[in-house]
Amino acid sequence: MDDAVAPRRRFRVVRKLARHRSFSIGFVIMAAMLIIAIAAPYITGLDPTAMKIRMRFRPPQGSFWFGTDQFGRDLLTRVLYGARMSLWIALAVALLSGVVGALIGVLSAQFRRLDSLLMRIMDALMAAPAIMLAIGLGAALGPQTHSVIIALAVAYIPRTARIVRASALVTRELEFIEAARVAGISPLRIMLRHLLPNAMGPLLVQSTFVFAYAILAEAALSFLGVGPPPPAPSWGNIIAEGRDFSVEAWWIMVFPGAAISLAALGMNLVGDGLRDVLDPRLKVES
Amino acid sequence: MASTAMYKTILTRLAQAVPVLLIFAILVFTLMHLLPGDPAVAIAGTDASREAIDKIREQLGLNRPILVQLLSWLAQIAQGDFGRSIVLNQSVVSAVAERLPVTLSLSMLSLMITLPVGILLGVIAAYWRNTWIDSAVMLIALLGVSLPGFWVGILSVLLFSVHLGWFPPSGYVPIGQGVWPWLASLIQPAVVLALFQIGFLARITRSAMLDVMDQDFIRTARAKGVDEWHTIAKHAFRNTLIPVVTVLGITVSLLIGGAVVIEQVFALPGIGRLIVQGILARDYPLVQGTMLLFGFAFVLINILVDIIYTFVDPRVRYG
Repeated sequence: MDDAVAPRRRFRVVRKLARHRSFSIGFVIMAAMLIIAIAAPYITGLDPTAMKIRMRFRPPQGSFWFGTDQFGRDLLTRVLYGARMSLWIALAVALLSGVVGALIGVLSAQFRRLDSLLMRIMDALMAAPAIMLAIGLGAALGPQTHSVIIALAVAYIPRTARIVRASALVTRELEFIEAARVAGISPLRIMLRHLLPNAMGPLLVQSTFVFAYAILAEAALSFLGVGPPPPAPSWGNIIAEGRDFSVEAWWIMVFPGAAISLAALGMNLVGDGLRDVLDPRLKVES
Repeated sequence: MASTAMYKTILTRLAQAVPVLLIFAILVFTLMHLLPGDPAVAIAGTDASREAIDKIREQLGLNRPILVQLLSWLAQIAQGDFGRSIVLNQSVVSAVAERLPVTLSLSMLSLMITLPVGILLGVIAAYWRNTWIDSAVMLIALLGVSLPGFWVGILSVLLFSVHLGWFPPSGYVPIGQGVWPWLASLIQPAVVLALFQIGFLARITRSAMLDVMDQDFIRTARAKGVDEWHTIAKHAFRNTLIPVVTVLGITVSLLIGGAVVIEQVFALPGIGRLIVQGILARDYPLVQGTMLLFGFAFVLINILVDIIYTFVDPRVRYG
């Protein structure tokens, strides 16, 4: 707001984000985690599923920075590979619920006849807590990684759809849309070229928070037995497997839990920053 | 005048709830029938004969066409019959009624911790905005929404129950056996459950309060010499409550969703545990009925929140 000159809007947004304290911290955390997840094989050189029974329950020391688990698997390796699985699930959930939610949102705003049907379906999906819906869906779809992704995406779609719809309903009443309609631009084009781009800010903010929720929810689903199946590690299923040994071998569940917390924290910071910069209605100084 | 508007609001919202619940019921039914595994086999045991399995299937009506099953189930619900659990050999309503006090005690205790703490933290952060107090409070709130609740729960059991021995590690003591044992069995899960909600509520309250504090009537109040306490308590805080009440429905939803997971950590025999056990045991009618009862309760809670909302903010009208 102190910018006297206004260059292209996009650059201004990037500059504002770069100056935003919590966004910068969150961005650095997430970037570091992503790099570590991608580089996992080069960092450890060990196999995350290789069992060495003689090496079980080693506390964190020496060459085992994070210790070993009940099967003698190196926990650092499992947490690093778990980052790949957990971040991938969260990203996929954010993208899937973002795309489908955005479509449902603009469809509802553009075609008023579809609106009440679509919104009642969204209300029905929100009639139970998101996590409960995800447990049911996850169990119904079977123990696979993509079941977890679909279950969580479906659980978060209604909220995203409502946010996009609310934004598109406002845009729809603006004069340039009226002008476009009078000029004979097709509803589909109005939807995709005008309503959708104008909802991008709130959509991006929402999807960032969905990413953060999904990291937490994947862990909760694993804990309840409907997460990504072992032996391939995810942060959630490492904790779930280590739970029975939490008294003797605290490290099995402490390190992946700390990784989950850090990732959720980073993503929440990114979301706070995006919201401050992109969504002026909710502006909160920082 | 006000009461007719109120009735109209309630009736409109109830009418809107009917299709929502119908779609929800169909959704739950479909989900349960997608579940892998045959409930008849689950009951008869894996080494049961073909005939025994068929007989059970017939008794449960699982051999009928799926659409017939759906319609007869919906007809039952319309008559208030939510079905019978296969595994528990008990009606779903009585199974839920037995476990409801646990989940309700947990969520209500947690809500009673969340509301004052969350709102107070938000107000404190907003009042001392951009100072270290604000940063500290917001860091706490951020941790609240970022730490996985069940993980904090397990760590808390390790620290407070296993090492320090302050609280029982798990299990539930009914309030009938004394208020203190009941409270002792719930306080740890309730606080763990509250952490997320406190973070959520504090963040919302802070931004709502900041919006209000920037408005002209606050400046007017200060300018005309209203003392600081009254400015904050009467002018700013009451207006802050409006957005806070709006998220109350979400808070209750998050709370009960969280309770499902936390009940597993502390082995509390509540509704969350009932649903998870039902899913693992392929007990269709139990999961269907419980989820549906939940859906009903939720829709009613949200209607209630809307009504409270019209009280807090008379500008809002539905219908």
